[in-house]
Amino acid sequence: MKELMLGNQAVARGLWQAGCRVVSSYPGTPSTEITEYASGYPEVYTEWAPNEKVAYEVAMGAAIGGARALCAMKHVGLNVAADPLFTTAYTGVGGGMVAAVADDPGMHSSQNEQDSRRYAVAAKLPMLEPADSQECASYTAEAFRLSEEYDTPVLLRLSTRVSHSQSLVELEERQEPPLRDYQKDPGKYVMMPANAKKRRVTVEERMAALARLAEVTTLNRVEEGSDRRVGVITAGICYQYVREAMPDAPVLKLGLLNPLPVELIRRFAATVDEVVVAEELDPVIQSHCAAIGVKVRGKELFGAIGELSQNLIRQKLLGQGPAPGCAYPGELPVRPPALCPGCPHRGLFYTLHKMGLTVFGDIGCYTLGALPPLAAMDTTLCMGASVSGLHGFLKARGAEAAKKAVAVIGDSTFVHSGITGLINTVYNRGLSTVVILDNSITGMTGHQENPSTGRDIRHQPAPRLSLEETCRAAGVEKVLVADPGDLKAISAAVQEALDHQGPAVVIARRPCILLKGVERRPALWVEEERCVGCRACMTIGCPAISFRDKKARIDQTLCVGCGLCAGLCGKTAIKEGETS
Amino acid sequence: MTKSMIIAGVGGQGTLLASKLLGNLFLSQGYDVKVSEVHGMSQRGGSVVTYVRWGDRVASPVIEKGEADILVAFELLEAARWAACLKKGGTLIANTQQILPMPVITGAATYPAELADNLGQVCPGAILIDALTPAEQAGSPRAVNVVLMGVLSRVLDLPEDAWQQALARSIKPGLLAMNQAAFEKGRRL
Repeated sequence: MKELMLGNQAVARGLWQAGCRVVSSYPGTPSTEITEYASGYPEVYTEWAPNEKVAYEVAMGAAIGGARALCAMKHVGLNVAADPLFTTAYTGVGGGMVAAVADDPGMHSSQNEQDSRRYAVAAKLPMLEPADSQECASYTAEAFRLSEEYDTPVLLRLSTRVSHSQSLVELEERQEPPLRDYQKDPGKYVMMPANAKKRRVTVEERMAALARLAEVTTLNRVEEGSDRRVGVITAGICYQYVREAMPDAPVLKLGLLNPLPVELIRRFAATVDEVVVAEELDPVIQSHCAAIGVKVRGKELFGAIGELSQNLIRQKLLGQGPAPGCAYPGELPVRPPALCPGCPHRGLFYTLHKMGLTVFGDIGCYTLGALPPLAAMDTTLCMGASVSGLHGFLKARGAEAAKKAVAVIGDSTFVHSGITGLINTVYNRGLSTVVILDNSITGMTGHQENPSTGRDIRHQPAPRLSLEETCRAAGVEKVLVADPGDLKAISAAVQEALDHQGPAVVIARRPCILLKGVERRPALWVEEERCVGCRACMTIGCPAISFRDKKARIDQTLCVGCGLCAGLCGKTAIKEGETS
Repeated sequence: MTKSMIIAGVGGQGTLLASKLLGNLFLSQGYDVKVSEVHGMSQRGGSVVTYVRWGDRVASPVIEKGEADILVAFELLEAARWAACLKKGGTLIANTQQILPMPVITGAATYPAELADNLGQVCPGAILIDALTPAEQAGSPRAVNVVLMGVLSRVLDLPEDAWQQALARSIKPGLLAMNQAAFEKGRRL
């Protein structure tokens, strides 16, 4: 039976079919649905870990324990997991272990465009890359098989267009490989120098064996073509673009991205007039071709930035421009994402903006607080960098600056990487004010639970991490809790924290308006006679409020009645209840 | 022959449900299908686009300039934004509802006047309809997506019971009756 599946859903199906028993992940677009769908299979233990390093180590522990195990993350998550990643190449696995990592060419939902294939090369690990949902399922199973055969973790590289496209998958039954025996083996698993030096040799031997596999594996395949003027070497989603643009071209489609084959590429190159490499981001395949003396073009045609496309391939290789469309004449306003109507972050960012503070930001929905009209964010770097970055900023600029600067970080991000930064601030006599935006959920990735929500991945009750107690245990003496929907309360709390001589934390606590069970009140409305067009209500950047004919208007389908705007209206023109 | 359709709208308007429904629909008719979505930061009230492609064998999940046979826009400005992807002679179905983007709300930009008239000229034969009112009549402004699927059902030559089955497969049982009503209203517009 065939089913239409998201690439990520197919990875989950593939790991279930392969008999995977343990999945531990931290959510991150475009990888999140792998673990969400996996949690729907009762045979698979799944969990949200506080960060990717923990998730990777949990999966590794399960593999040492003899189970097939997987962890999933976005590309920047692999940076967090990189420490165990490199050394697990030395230890190898017990049961099969797969780390699925989803790159985001074009940065649809990310802060950078790094290429995960570089990690496979650097850590000396095999990497597979599927090109559609069917391959997502079958490559996941193959990754487990290779992991056990070669005694190594295997990386499964995805990209936004593969993870978030649906295509057909042939469903198979679950295999039940038995739990492998666990035997104490310090020479393999205790990576102190004497043991690591021996395992270092194993790593090279394994890579040599995998290089031989690369020449013959069915993961790499040649598709003969009738037009032999240009042969294309490609992988992943780029393969689909090539097939779309050049159905008659010979193609070497690579599924094993590390190590890359040598003789297979040479043989393919010999059959065509010219070889072109179609790959997004870094010239990984292209550089390999150059190193083995196969002349190719690639980046000089397509560039290194952003996504490839069938149009770009047609343009560069066939000299065809795009088909004429029905382009709308004239400029159109852009439509950037915005904080939702009723979002609890809005009141906080309005307050920070009004107080004129320097704001070290972090990763989450609340990064949208950087956009006008709130424009209340100075930096966004990576998970946790708000807390540690502000500490450094204040060490550079002194106590006076501490009265005019805060760090903002979400509940899930704080647990991910903020706690260590806070400990550093306290330990090193910092003066930071840290605002934890506790909306009781991991928001931007689509509502995943985390240790501070008190629920597990299947939304069942779980031990809850107290943010207040965590901050106090780290040594923060001033810990305040305030409702960001109450502008007086939140600005008083932030001011009190700034005035405090020492590190302080404000927990701005109000649940995400999109959460089930959070009250949505009737839409507010504007009494036109009272509205003087002062635009005070427009300063909070609410998508439900617009301005026409010199009066504010509230969109009745968008407003959830949070009342933030009504509190700003000096003429009490914004009303609750029935319109007159 | 692969056919291509773009569903464009504003985050929160239910473009993903529409593409899920269409995926099920084309699958039931024996086609190879690919549906490409956008998640994450691109939602949250931002411009959202979904690609649906079907045929004997579909390669790329993405639709580019001048490639779409059909553009279904849930909002008027988004219709204009994605019109360049519609091939000459392609079919535009657009909801005339206007949702103001943040730069317009803040006064940094203006919502273009006469969008509907201009769209009619750029895309001859464009089907411009108010899908919000029938959605509200059916029971929820959130059913705009299914009203538009009803409109689309008159353009695509597929049996009505296939649409009904796709609706039943894509929508939670508790909301099915309301959405069936919304679909009917769209089909009769």
